[in-house]
Amino acid sequence: MSNVFAQRRQKLLSLKALRGTAPAPAQAEAVCPACGGTVRRKDLAAGRYVCPLCGHHYPIGAYYRLSLVLDKGTFRELDAALSSNDPLSFPGYAAKLDAARRRTGMNEAVVTATGRMGGQKVAVGVLDSRFFMGSMSAALGEKVTRLVEYAGKNKLPLILFSASGGARMQEGILSLMQMAKTSAALERFSQKGGLYLSVLTHPTTGGVTASFASLGDVMLAEPGALIGFAGPRVIEQTIGEKLPEGFQSAEYLLEHGFLDAIVPRAQLRDTLIRLLRLHGKGGSDHAQ
Amino acid sequence: MPNDLTPAQRVALARHADRPGTAEFIDALFTDFFEQRGDRNCADDGSILGGVALFHGKPVTVIGHRKGRTLEEHMAYHFGMPSPEGYRKAQRLMLQAEKFGRPIFTFIDTPGAYPGLEAEAHGQGEAIARTLALLSGLTVPVIAVVTGEGGSGGALALGVGNKVLMLENAVYSVLSPEGFAAILWKDASRSSEACDVMKLTAADLLELGVIDGIIPEPAAGAHAAPQPVYRALDAALVRELAALSKLSPSALAANRYKKFRLMGSKALRKERL
Repeated sequence: MSNVFAQRRQKLLSLKALRGTAPAPAQAEAVCPACGGTVRRKDLAAGRYVCPLCGHHYPIGAYYRLSLVLDKGTFRELDAALSSNDPLSFPGYAAKLDAARRRTGMNEAVVTATGRMGGQKVAVGVLDSRFFMGSMSAALGEKVTRLVEYAGKNKLPLILFSASGGARMQEGILSLMQMAKTSAALERFSQKGGLYLSVLTHPTTGGVTASFASLGDVMLAEPGALIGFAGPRVIEQTIGEKLPEGFQSAEYLLEHGFLDAIVPRAQLRDTLIRLLRLHGKGGSDHAQ
Repeated sequence: MPNDLTPAQRVALARHADRPGTAEFIDALFTDFFEQRGDRNCADDGSILGGVALFHGKPVTVIGHRKGRTLEEHMAYHFGMPSPEGYRKAQRLMLQAEKFGRPIFTFIDTPGAYPGLEAEAHGQGEAIARTLALLSGLTVPVIAVVTGEGGSGGALALGVGNKVLMLENAVYSVLSPEGFAAILWKDASRSSEACDVMKLTAADLLELGVIDGIIPEPAAGAHAAPQPVYRALDAALVRELAALSKLSPSALAANRYKKFRLMGSKALRKERL
Protein backbone atom coordinates (compact mmCIF):
# COMPACT_ATOMS: atom_id res chain seq x y z
CA MET A 1 0.00 0.00 0.00
CA SER A 2 2.67 2.51 1.03
CA ASN A 3 4.49 1.45 -2.11
CA VAL A 4 1.61 2.74 -4.21
CA PHE A 5 1.82 6.11 -2.49
CA ALA A 6 5.58 6.22 -2.94
CA GLN A 7 5.14 5.57 -6.65
CA ARG A 8 2.57 8.33 -6.94
CA ARG A 9 4.80 10.76 -5.10
CA GLN A 10 7.68 9.93 -7.37
CA LYS A 11 5.52 10.37 -10.44
CA LEU A 12 4.36 13.77 -9.19
CA LEU A 13 7.92 14.91 -8.56
CA SER A 14 9.02 13.67 -11.99
CA LEU A 15 6.24 15.62 -13.62
CA LYS A 16 7.07 18.79 -11.70
CA ALA A 17 10.75 18.26 -12.40
CA LEU A 18 10.06 18.21 -16.14
CA ARG A 19 8.93 21.79 -15.86
CA GLY A 20 12.00 22.59 -13.86
CA THR A 21 14.80 21.65 -16.22
CA ALA A 22 16.68 24.63 -17.53
CA PRO A 23 16.63 25.04 -21.32
CA ALA A 24 13.20 24.86 -22.92
CA PRO A 25 13.11 21.53 -24.75
CA ALA A 26 11.89 23.05 -28.03
CA GLN A 27 15.00 22.38 -30.10
CA ALA A 28 17.07 19.24 -30.36
CA GLU A 29 20.34 21.03 -29.66
CA ALA A 30 21.55 23.69 -27.24
CA VAL A 31 24.54 26.00 -27.37
CA CYS A 32 26.48 26.02 -24.10
CA PRO A 33 26.69 29.58 -22.76
CA ALA A 34 30.10 28.83 -21.24
CA CYS A 35 32.05 27.11 -24.04
CA GLY A 36 29.87 27.83 -27.07
CA GLY A 37 29.81 24.17 -28.01
CA THR A 38 26.69 22.52 -29.41
CA VAL A 39 25.19 19.78 -27.29
CA ARG A 40 22.21 17.52 -27.93
CA ARG A 41 19.50 18.21 -25.40
CA LYS A 42 19.09 14.50 -24.79
CA ASP A 43 22.71 14.31 -23.69
CA LEU A 44 22.34 17.43 -21.58
CA ALA A 45 19.36 15.94 -19.75
CA ALA A 46 21.13 12.61 -19.31
CA GLY A 47 24.06 14.45 -17.77
CA ARG A 48 21.94 16.38 -15.22
CA TYR A 49 22.32 19.58 -17.24
CA VAL A 50 26.07 19.72 -17.01
CA CYS A 51 27.77 20.51 -20.31
CA PRO A 52 29.57 17.32 -21.44
CA LEU A 53 32.13 19.45 -23.29
CA CYS A 54 33.25 21.92 -20.60
CA GLY A 55 31.50 20.93 -17.36
CA HIS A 56 29.39 24.09 -17.16
CA HIS A 57 26.59 23.62 -14.64
CA TYR A 58 23.29 24.96 -16.00
CA PRO A 59 20.90 26.41 -13.42
CA ILE A 60 18.16 23.86 -12.72
CA GLY A 61 14.71 24.10 -11.18
CA ALA A 62 13.88 23.18 -7.61
CA TYR A 63 11.79 20.08 -8.33
CA TYR A 64 14.35 18.74 -10.77
CA ARG A 65 17.05 19.30 -8.16
CA LEU A 66 15.00 17.38 -5.62
CA SER A 67 14.50 14.52 -8.06
CA LEU A 68 18.29 14.29 -8.39
CA VAL A 69 19.11 14.13 -4.69
CA LEU A 70 16.20 12.42 -2.91
CA ASP A 71 15.54 8.70 -2.71
CA LYS A 72 12.78 7.75 -5.13
CA GLY A 73 9.26 8.10 -3.81
CA THR A 74 10.19 9.94 -0.60
CA PHE A 75 9.46 13.57 -1.57
CA ARG A 76 6.75 15.26 0.48
CA GLU A 77 6.33 18.97 -0.05
CA LEU A 78 5.73 21.34 2.90
CA ASP A 79 3.84 24.65 2.82
CA ALA A 80 3.31 24.33 -0.95
CA ALA A 81 0.49 26.88 -0.99
CA LEU A 82 2.36 29.68 0.76
CA SER A 83 3.08 32.81 -1.25
CA SER A 84 3.41 36.56 -0.88
CA ASN A 85 0.47 38.96 -0.77
CA ASP A 86 2.16 42.16 -1.99
CA PRO A 87 2.51 43.63 1.52
CA LEU A 88 3.59 47.13 0.43
CA SER A 89 1.01 47.36 -2.39
CA PHE A 90 3.97 47.89 -4.66
CA PRO A 91 3.04 49.14 -8.15
CA GLY A 92 2.90 46.24 -10.60
CA TYR A 93 4.07 43.57 -8.13
CA ALA A 94 0.83 41.61 -7.76
CA ALA A 95 0.54 41.13 -11.53
CA LYS A 96 4.20 40.13 -11.83
CA LEU A 97 3.76 37.62 -9.01
CA ASP A 98 0.77 36.05 -10.71
CA ALA A 99 2.64 35.84 -14.00
CA ALA A 100 5.61 34.15 -12.30
CA ARG A 101 3.29 31.71 -10.56
CA ARG A 102 1.66 30.73 -13.83
CA ARG A 103 4.89 30.51 -15.77
CA THR A 104 6.75 28.35 -13.25
CA GLY A 105 3.90 26.41 -11.67
CA MET A 106 5.33 27.44 -8.29
CA ASN A 107 3.89 29.67 -5.58
CA GLU A 108 7.25 30.94 -4.36
CA ALA A 109 10.94 30.87 -5.17
CA VAL A 110 11.66 28.06 -2.72
CA VAL A 111 10.39 24.50 -2.44
CA THR A 112 10.60 22.96 1.02
CA ALA A 113 10.08 19.29 1.69
CA THR A 114 10.95 16.23 3.64
CA GLY A 115 12.42 13.19 1.99
CA ARG A 116 15.07 10.57 2.38
CA MET A 117 18.65 10.46 1.20
CA GLY A 118 20.37 7.10 1.39
CA GLY A 119 17.52 6.08 3.67
CA GLN A 120 18.12 8.97 6.10
CA LYS A 121 15.15 11.27 6.56
CA VAL A 122 16.02 14.95 5.91
CA ALA A 123 14.40 18.37 5.77
CA VAL A 124 15.37 19.98 2.49
CA GLY A 125 14.79 23.33 0.79
CA VAL A 126 15.70 24.39 -2.73
CA LEU A 127 15.65 27.94 -4.08
CA ASP A 128 14.63 28.35 -7.71
CA SER A 129 16.16 31.20 -9.68
CA ARG A 130 13.40 31.13 -12.31
CA PHE A 131 10.93 32.62 -9.83
CA PHE A 132 11.85 36.30 -9.27
CA MET A 133 15.54 35.35 -9.45
CA GLY A 134 15.18 33.34 -6.25
CA SER A 135 14.88 36.63 -4.39
CA MET A 136 14.07 36.78 -0.70
CA SER A 137 10.41 37.52 -0.07
CA ALA A 138 8.51 37.32 3.18
CA ALA A 139 7.04 34.02 1.98
CA LEU A 140 10.46 32.63 1.08
CA GLY A 141 11.81 33.63 4.49
CA GLU A 142 8.76 32.12 6.17
CA LYS A 143 9.07 28.81 4.29
CA VAL A 144 12.78 28.52 5.09
CA THR A 145 12.14 29.41 8.74
CA ARG A 146 9.32 26.87 9.01
CA LEU A 147 11.58 24.24 7.48
CA VAL A 148 14.35 24.99 9.97
CA GLU A 149 11.86 24.82 12.84
CA TYR A 150 10.42 21.57 11.45
CA ALA A 151 13.90 20.07 11.24
CA GLY A 152 14.60 21.15 14.82
CA LYS A 153 11.36 19.78 16.18
CA ASN A 154 11.68 16.46 14.37
CA LYS A 155 15.44 16.19 14.87
CA LEU A 156 16.18 16.00 11.17
CA PRO A 157 19.31 17.14 9.41
CA LEU A 158 18.70 20.20 7.27
CA ILE A 159 19.89 20.73 3.71
CA LEU A 160 19.39 23.99 1.82
CA PHE A 161 20.29 24.59 -1.82
CA SER A 162 20.61 28.33 -2.38
CA ALA A 163 20.26 30.29 -5.62
CA SER A 164 19.26 33.92 -5.31
CA GLY A 165 19.63 37.35 -6.82
CA GLY A 166 19.23 38.89 -3.36
CA ALA A 167 16.36 40.83 -1.83
CA ARG A 168 12.83 41.00 -3.30
CA MET A 169 12.83 44.75 -3.90
CA GLN A 170 9.04 44.91 -4.14
CA GLU A 171 8.74 43.76 -0.52
CA GLY A 172 11.27 46.32 0.70
CA ILE A 173 12.11 46.25 4.38
CA LEU A 174 10.08 43.07 4.94
CA SER A 175 12.43 41.29 2.57
CA LEU A 176 15.38 42.60 4.58
CA MET A 177 13.87 41.35 7.85
CA GLN A 178 13.82 37.78 6.53
CA MET A 179 17.61 37.77 6.83
CA ALA A 180 17.25 38.20 10.59
CA LYS A 181 14.36 35.75 10.83
CA THR A 182 16.06 32.89 8.98
CA SER A 183 19.40 33.48 10.71
CA ALA A 184 17.71 33.48 14.12
CA ALA A 185 15.97 30.19 13.33
CA LEU A 186 19.27 28.63 12.24
CA GLU A 187 21.01 29.89 15.37
CA ARG A 188 18.42 28.12 17.53
CA PHE A 189 18.66 24.99 15.41
CA SER A 190 22.43 25.03 15.73
CA GLN A 191 22.39 25.60 19.50
CA LYS A 192 20.32 22.42 19.84
CA GLY A 193 22.88 20.47 17.88
CA GLY A 194 21.14 20.34 14.51
CA LEU A 195 23.18 19.57 11.40
CA TYR A 196 22.83 22.01 8.50
CA LEU A 197 24.44 21.34 5.12
CA SER A 198 24.41 24.42 2.88
CA VAL A 199 24.86 24.01 -0.88
CA LEU A 200 25.48 27.18 -2.88
CA THR A 201 24.49 27.08 -6.53
CA HIS A 202 24.68 29.63 -9.31
CA PRO A 203 24.05 32.44 -8.46
CA THR A 204 23.92 33.02 -4.68
CA THR A 205 24.12 36.71 -3.83
CA GLY A 206 22.86 39.54 -1.62
CA GLY A 207 20.66 38.93 1.37
CA VAL A 208 20.57 35.16 0.94
CA THR A 209 24.39 35.01 1.01
CA ALA A 210 24.37 37.32 4.04
CA SER A 211 21.96 35.10 5.97
CA PHE A 212 20.98 31.43 5.82
CA ALA A 213 23.19 30.39 2.88
CA SER A 214 26.38 31.24 4.78
CA LEU A 215 25.50 29.56 8.08
CA GLY A 216 26.00 25.88 7.18
CA ASP A 217 27.99 23.54 9.38
CA VAL A 218 29.35 22.28 6.10
CA MET A 219 29.52 24.62 3.12
CA LEU A 220 29.42 23.13 -0.38
CA ALA A 221 29.09 24.71 -3.81
CA GLU A 222 28.65 23.63 -7.40
CA PRO A 223 31.58 24.33 -9.76
CA GLY A 224 31.64 27.80 -11.27
CA ALA A 225 28.78 29.16 -9.16
CA LEU A 226 28.82 32.94 -8.63
CA ILE A 227 28.71 33.57 -4.87
CA GLY A 228 28.93 36.96 -3.22
CA PHE A 229 27.25 39.69 -1.21
CA ALA A 230 27.54 42.73 -3.46
CA GLY A 231 27.03 42.30 -7.19
CA PRO A 232 30.09 42.49 -9.48
CA ARG A 233 28.81 45.67 -11.20
CA VAL A 234 28.34 47.53 -7.92
CA ILE A 235 31.86 46.58 -6.83
CA GLU A 236 33.37 47.70 -10.14
CA GLN A 237 31.62 51.06 -9.76
CA THR A 238 32.87 51.40 -6.17
CA ILE A 239 36.51 50.58 -6.78
CA GLY A 240 36.63 51.98 -10.32
CA GLU A 241 38.40 49.04 -11.90
CA LYS A 242 37.66 45.75 -13.59
CA LEU A 243 37.37 42.73 -11.35
CA PRO A 244 39.85 39.90 -11.77
CA GLU A 245 38.87 36.79 -13.73
CA GLY A 246 37.04 34.27 -11.56
CA PHE A 247 36.22 36.80 -8.80
CA GLN A 248 33.29 35.59 -6.64
CA SER A 249 33.35 32.13 -8.22
CA ALA A 250 32.98 29.03 -6.08
CA GLU A 251 36.66 28.35 -6.73
CA TYR A 252 37.56 31.84 -5.47
CA LEU A 253 35.54 31.31 -2.30
CA LEU A 254 37.16 27.93 -1.67
CA GLU A 255 40.58 29.56 -1.99
CA HIS A 256 39.57 32.29 0.50
CA GLY A 257 38.32 29.86 3.12
CA PHE A 258 34.54 30.14 2.81
CA LEU A 259 33.76 26.65 1.46
CA ASP A 260 34.57 23.14 2.54
CA ALA A 261 34.37 21.69 -0.94
CA ILE A 262 33.24 22.21 -4.51
CA VAL A 263 31.16 19.25 -5.60
CA PRO A 264 30.15 18.53 -9.20
CA ARG A 265 26.45 17.86 -9.63
CA ALA A 266 27.04 14.21 -10.51
CA GLN A 267 28.61 13.61 -7.08
CA LEU A 268 26.37 15.84 -5.01
CA ARG A 269 23.88 13.23 -3.80
CA ASP A 270 26.59 10.78 -2.78
CA THR A 271 28.56 13.53 -1.04
CA LEU A 272 25.54 14.66 0.97
CA ILE A 273 24.70 11.07 1.96
CA ARG A 274 28.29 10.58 3.05
CA LEU A 275 28.19 13.75 5.16
CA LEU A 276 24.90 12.71 6.75
CA ARG A 277 26.47 9.37 7.72
CA LEU A 278 29.64 11.06 9.01
CA HIS A 279 27.56 13.07 11.45
CA GLY A 280 26.29 10.02 13.29
CA LYS A 281 22.91 8.59 12.40
CA GLY A 282 23.01 11.18 9.65
CA GLY A 283 23.04 14.08 12.06
CA SER A 284 19.57 13.18 13.22
CA ASP A 285 20.38 12.36 16.83
CA HIS A 286 20.82 15.90 18.04
CA ALA A 287 19.75 16.84 21.50
CA GLN A 288 16.29 18.17 22.21
CA MET B 1 6.84 67.71 14.39
CA PRO B 2 7.56 68.27 10.70
CA ASN B 3 5.09 65.68 9.54
CA ASP B 4 4.83 67.19 6.10
CA LEU B 5 8.33 66.26 4.95
CA THR B 6 8.48 64.01 1.90
CA PRO B 7 10.34 60.69 2.21
CA ALA B 8 13.08 62.11 -0.06
CA GLN B 9 13.47 65.13 2.26
CA ARG B 10 13.86 62.79 5.22
CA VAL B 11 16.53 60.84 3.32
CA ALA B 12 18.40 64.11 2.84
CA LEU B 13 18.12 64.91 6.57
CA ALA B 14 19.19 61.38 7.50
CA ARG B 15 22.33 61.90 5.40
CA HIS B 16 23.02 65.49 6.52
CA ALA B 17 26.74 66.08 7.06
CA ASP B 18 26.14 67.62 10.50
CA ARG B 19 23.72 64.97 11.74
CA PRO B 20 24.82 63.51 15.07
CA GLY B 21 26.44 60.11 14.59
CA THR B 22 27.34 57.23 16.88
CA ALA B 23 30.28 59.13 18.40
CA GLU B 24 28.03 62.07 19.36
CA PHE B 25 25.33 59.81 20.77
CA ILE B 26 27.93 58.00 22.88
CA ASP B 27 29.23 61.34 24.19
CA ALA B 28 25.77 62.57 25.01
CA LEU B 29 24.18 59.44 26.51
CA PHE B 30 26.99 57.50 28.17
CA THR B 31 29.87 58.17 30.51
CA ASP B 32 33.36 56.70 30.74
CA PHE B 33 33.28 55.19 27.22
CA PHE B 34 36.27 52.96 26.54
CA GLU B 35 36.69 52.19 22.85
CA GLN B 36 37.57 48.60 22.03
CA ARG B 37 39.30 48.12 18.72
CA GLY B 38 40.18 45.27 16.41
CA ASP B 39 38.71 41.96 15.33
CA ARG B 40 41.56 39.90 16.92
CA ASN B 41 42.10 38.33 13.56
CA CYS B 42 43.80 40.78 11.26
CA ALA B 43 42.40 44.30 11.33
CA ASP B 44 40.53 47.15 12.98
CA ASP B 45 37.70 48.56 10.91
CA GLY B 46 36.94 52.05 12.18
CA SER B 47 33.55 52.15 10.48
CA ILE B 48 32.33 50.18 13.47
CA LEU B 49 32.78 52.08 16.71
CA GLY B 50 32.27 50.12 19.91
CA GLY B 51 33.29 49.54 23.47
CA VAL B 52 32.17 49.56 27.08
CA ALA B 53 30.59 52.53 28.80
CA LEU B 54 28.33 53.43 31.69
CA PHE B 55 24.66 54.13 31.11
CA HIS B 56 23.21 55.87 34.16
CA GLY B 57 26.03 54.28 36.15
CA LYS B 58 25.61 50.71 34.84
CA PRO B 59 28.10 49.02 32.47
CA VAL B 60 26.83 48.43 28.94
CA THR B 61 28.26 47.58 25.53
CA VAL B 62 27.82 50.15 22.78
CA ILE B 63 28.28 49.37 19.08
CA GLY B 64 27.50 51.61 16.13
CA HIS B 65 28.39 52.64 12.61
CA ARG B 66 30.80 55.56 12.24
CA LYS B 67 30.88 57.72 9.12
CA GLY B 68 33.57 60.08 10.37
CA ARG B 69 33.69 63.88 10.44
CA THR B 70 36.71 64.81 8.33
CA LEU B 71 37.61 63.83 4.79
CA GLU B 72 40.37 61.57 6.15
CA GLU B 73 37.89 59.85 8.44
CA HIS B 74 35.33 59.50 5.67
CA MET B 75 37.93 57.76 3.54
CA ALA B 76 39.22 55.56 6.36
CA TYR B 77 35.70 54.52 7.42
CA HIS B 78 34.29 54.26 3.89
CA PHE B 79 31.55 56.71 4.93
CA GLY B 80 30.32 54.27 7.54
CA MET B 81 30.26 51.21 5.30
CA PRO B 82 31.78 48.32 7.29
CA SER B 83 34.01 45.60 5.95
CA PRO B 84 33.83 42.04 7.31
CA GLU B 85 36.48 42.97 9.88
CA GLY B 86 34.08 45.55 11.31
CA TYR B 87 31.31 43.00 11.72
CA ARG B 88 33.74 40.55 13.31
CA LYS B 89 34.79 43.26 15.77
CA ALA B 90 31.10 43.78 16.53
CA GLN B 91 30.69 40.03 17.10
CA ARG B 92 33.60 40.10 19.52
CA LEU B 93 32.02 42.91 21.53
CA MET B 94 28.64 41.16 21.50
CA LEU B 95 30.17 37.98 22.89
CA GLN B 96 31.86 40.00 25.64
CA ALA B 97 28.58 41.65 26.51
CA GLU B 98 27.04 38.18 26.80
CA LYS B 99 29.93 36.96 28.94
CA PHE B 100 29.70 39.86 31.38
CA GLY B 101 25.93 40.17 31.31
CA ARG B 102 25.95 43.69 29.88
CA PRO B 103 23.03 45.11 27.92
CA ILE B 104 23.89 46.08 24.33
CA PHE B 105 22.96 49.38 22.66
CA THR B 106 23.50 49.66 18.92
CA PHE B 107 23.41 52.81 16.79
CA ILE B 108 22.66 52.29 13.12
CA ASP B 109 23.86 54.77 10.52
CA THR B 110 25.24 53.27 7.31
CA PRO B 111 24.51 53.38 3.58
CA GLY B 112 25.22 49.62 3.65
CA ALA B 113 28.08 47.18 3.97
CA TYR B 114 31.13 48.15 1.90
CA PRO B 115 30.91 46.69 -1.62
CA GLY B 116 34.61 46.28 -2.29
CA LEU B 117 36.90 43.60 -3.65
CA GLU B 118 38.63 42.90 -0.35
CA ALA B 119 35.35 42.96 1.53
CA GLU B 120 34.08 40.16 -0.72
CA ALA B 121 37.35 38.26 -0.51
CA HIS B 122 37.14 38.43 3.29
CA GLY B 123 33.57 37.15 3.39
CA GLN B 124 31.18 40.08 3.70
CA GLY B 125 28.15 37.79 3.40
CA GLU B 126 29.42 35.36 6.00
CA ALA B 127 30.34 38.18 8.39
CA ILE B 128 26.86 39.71 8.23
CA ALA B 129 25.12 36.33 8.50
CA ARG B 130 27.15 35.37 11.60
CA THR B 131 26.44 38.73 13.23
CA LEU B 132 22.70 38.30 12.65
CA ALA B 133 22.75 34.78 14.05
CA LEU B 134 24.86 35.71 17.06
CA LEU B 135 22.87 38.79 17.99
CA SER B 136 19.59 36.91 17.67
CA GLY B 137 20.58 34.35 20.28
CA LEU B 138 22.10 36.53 23.03
CA THR B 139 20.58 36.42 26.51
CA VAL B 140 21.24 40.08 27.41
CA PRO B 141 18.93 43.00 26.53
CA VAL B 142 19.62 44.41 23.05
CA ILE B 143 18.24 47.81 22.06
CA ALA B 144 18.90 49.10 18.55
CA VAL B 145 18.47 52.72 17.44
CA VAL B 146 18.39 53.72 13.78
CA THR B 147 19.87 57.21 14.01
CA GLY B 148 20.51 58.11 10.36
CA GLU B 149 20.67 55.85 7.34
CA GLY B 150 19.68 52.24 7.85
CA GLY B 151 20.84 50.72 4.60
CA SER B 152 20.48 47.06 3.77
CA GLY B 153 22.04 44.04 5.48
CA GLY B 154 24.90 46.23 6.62
CA ALA B 155 22.45 48.06 8.88
CA LEU B 156 20.38 45.06 9.93
CA ALA B 157 23.49 43.28 11.20
CA LEU B 158 23.36 45.62 14.21
CA GLY B 159 19.57 45.74 14.26
CA VAL B 160 18.41 42.46 15.80
CA GLY B 161 17.23 44.07 19.02
CA ASN B 162 14.54 43.25 21.56
CA LYS B 163 13.48 46.80 20.84
CA VAL B 164 14.24 48.81 17.72
CA LEU B 165 13.81 52.59 17.94
CA MET B 166 14.20 55.13 15.19
CA LEU B 167 14.81 58.85 15.05
CA GLU B 168 11.99 60.67 13.33
CA ASN B 169 14.00 61.59 10.24
CA ALA B 170 16.06 58.43 10.06
CA VAL B 171 15.36 56.02 7.21
CA TYR B 172 15.63 52.24 7.07
CA SER B 173 15.39 50.26 3.87
CA VAL B 174 16.35 47.13 1.99
CA LEU B 175 18.74 49.18 -0.15
CA SER B 176 19.59 52.84 -0.75
CA PRO B 177 16.91 54.57 -2.85
CA GLU B 178 19.52 55.01 -5.61
CA GLY B 179 20.40 51.32 -5.60
CA PHE B 180 16.73 50.40 -5.46
CA ALA B 181 15.90 52.51 -8.52
CA ALA B 182 18.95 51.16 -10.35
CA ILE B 183 17.95 47.55 -9.74
CA LEU B 184 14.24 47.84 -10.30
CA TRP B 185 14.05 50.48 -13.03
CA LYS B 186 17.67 50.45 -14.29
CA ASP B 187 17.75 54.17 -13.52
CA ALA B 188 19.43 55.45 -10.34
CA SER B 189 18.21 59.00 -11.02
CA ARG B 190 14.66 57.95 -10.12
CA SER B 191 15.67 57.72 -6.44
CA SER B 192 13.12 60.23 -5.18
CA GLU B 193 10.38 58.17 -6.81
CA ALA B 194 11.88 55.14 -5.08
CA CYS B 195 11.67 56.97 -1.73
CA ASP B 196 7.94 57.32 -2.23
CA VAL B 197 7.25 53.61 -2.74
CA MET B 198 9.86 52.04 -0.45
CA LYS B 199 8.15 52.78 2.89
CA LEU B 200 11.42 53.78 4.49
CA THR B 201 10.32 56.47 6.95
CA ALA B 202 9.98 55.90 10.69
CA ALA B 203 6.20 56.31 10.51
CA ASP B 204 5.93 53.70 7.71
CA LEU B 205 8.13 51.25 9.58
CA LEU B 206 6.21 51.67 12.82
CA GLU B 207 3.04 50.84 10.94
CA LEU B 208 4.68 47.77 9.37
CA GLY B 209 5.78 46.58 12.82
CA VAL B 210 9.47 46.74 11.91
CA ILE B 211 10.27 49.28 14.65
CA ASP B 212 8.84 49.85 18.12
CA GLY B 213 9.09 53.59 18.67
CA ILE B 214 9.99 56.96 17.19
CA ILE B 215 12.21 59.60 18.80
CA PRO B 216 10.99 63.07 17.77
CA GLU B 217 13.31 65.58 16.12
CA PRO B 218 13.11 69.37 15.84
CA ALA B 219 11.61 70.74 12.64
CA ALA B 220 14.96 71.36 10.95
CA GLY B 221 16.36 67.95 11.88
CA ALA B 222 18.43 66.51 14.74
CA HIS B 223 21.56 68.45 13.77
CA ALA B 224 19.80 71.78 14.21
CA ALA B 225 19.15 71.21 17.92
CA PRO B 226 20.54 67.88 19.11
CA GLN B 227 20.04 68.36 22.88
CA PRO B 228 16.29 67.68 22.97
CA VAL B 229 16.87 64.62 20.74
CA TYR B 230 19.49 63.29 23.15
CA ARG B 231 17.12 63.85 26.08
CA ALA B 232 14.21 62.12 24.38
CA LEU B 233 16.39 59.19 23.33
CA ASP B 234 17.87 58.88 26.80
CA ALA B 235 14.42 58.75 28.35
CA ALA B 236 13.28 56.11 25.85
CA LEU B 237 16.38 53.97 26.42
CA VAL B 238 15.97 54.16 30.21
CA ARG B 239 12.36 53.09 29.87
CA GLU B 240 13.01 50.23 27.43
CA LEU B 241 15.99 48.92 29.37
CA ALA B 242 14.04 48.93 32.63
CA ALA B 243 11.28 46.88 31.02
CA LEU B 244 13.70 44.39 29.42
CA SER B 245 15.73 44.03 32.60
CA LYS B 246 12.74 42.36 34.22
CA LEU B 247 13.05 39.43 31.79
CA SER B 248 15.20 36.39 32.51
CA PRO B 249 18.14 35.66 30.17
CA SER B 250 16.26 32.92 28.34
CA ALA B 251 13.13 35.08 28.13
CA LEU B 252 15.20 37.85 26.52
CA ALA B 253 16.40 35.50 23.80
CA ALA B 254 12.89 34.12 23.33
CA ASN B 255 11.44 37.63 23.17
CA ARG B 256 13.89 38.66 20.45
CA TYR B 257 13.29 35.45 18.50
CA LYS B 258 9.55 35.93 18.57
CA LYS B 259 9.84 39.55 17.48
CA PHE B 260 11.76 38.69 14.33
CA ARG B 261 9.90 35.42 13.77
CA LEU B 262 6.77 37.50 13.14
CA MET B 263 8.41 39.81 10.59
CA GLY B 264 6.45 39.57 7.36
CA SER B 265 3.81 37.24 8.78
CA LYS B 266 1.13 39.58 7.46
CA ALA B 267 2.74 39.46 4.02
CA LEU B 268 1.63 35.89 3.34
CA ARG B 269 -1.25 34.37 1.51
CA LYS B 270 -2.10 30.74 1.44
CA GLU B 271 -3.78 29.51 -1.68
CA ARG B 272 -2.82 27.06 -4.33
CA LEU B 273 -2.40 28.01 -7.95
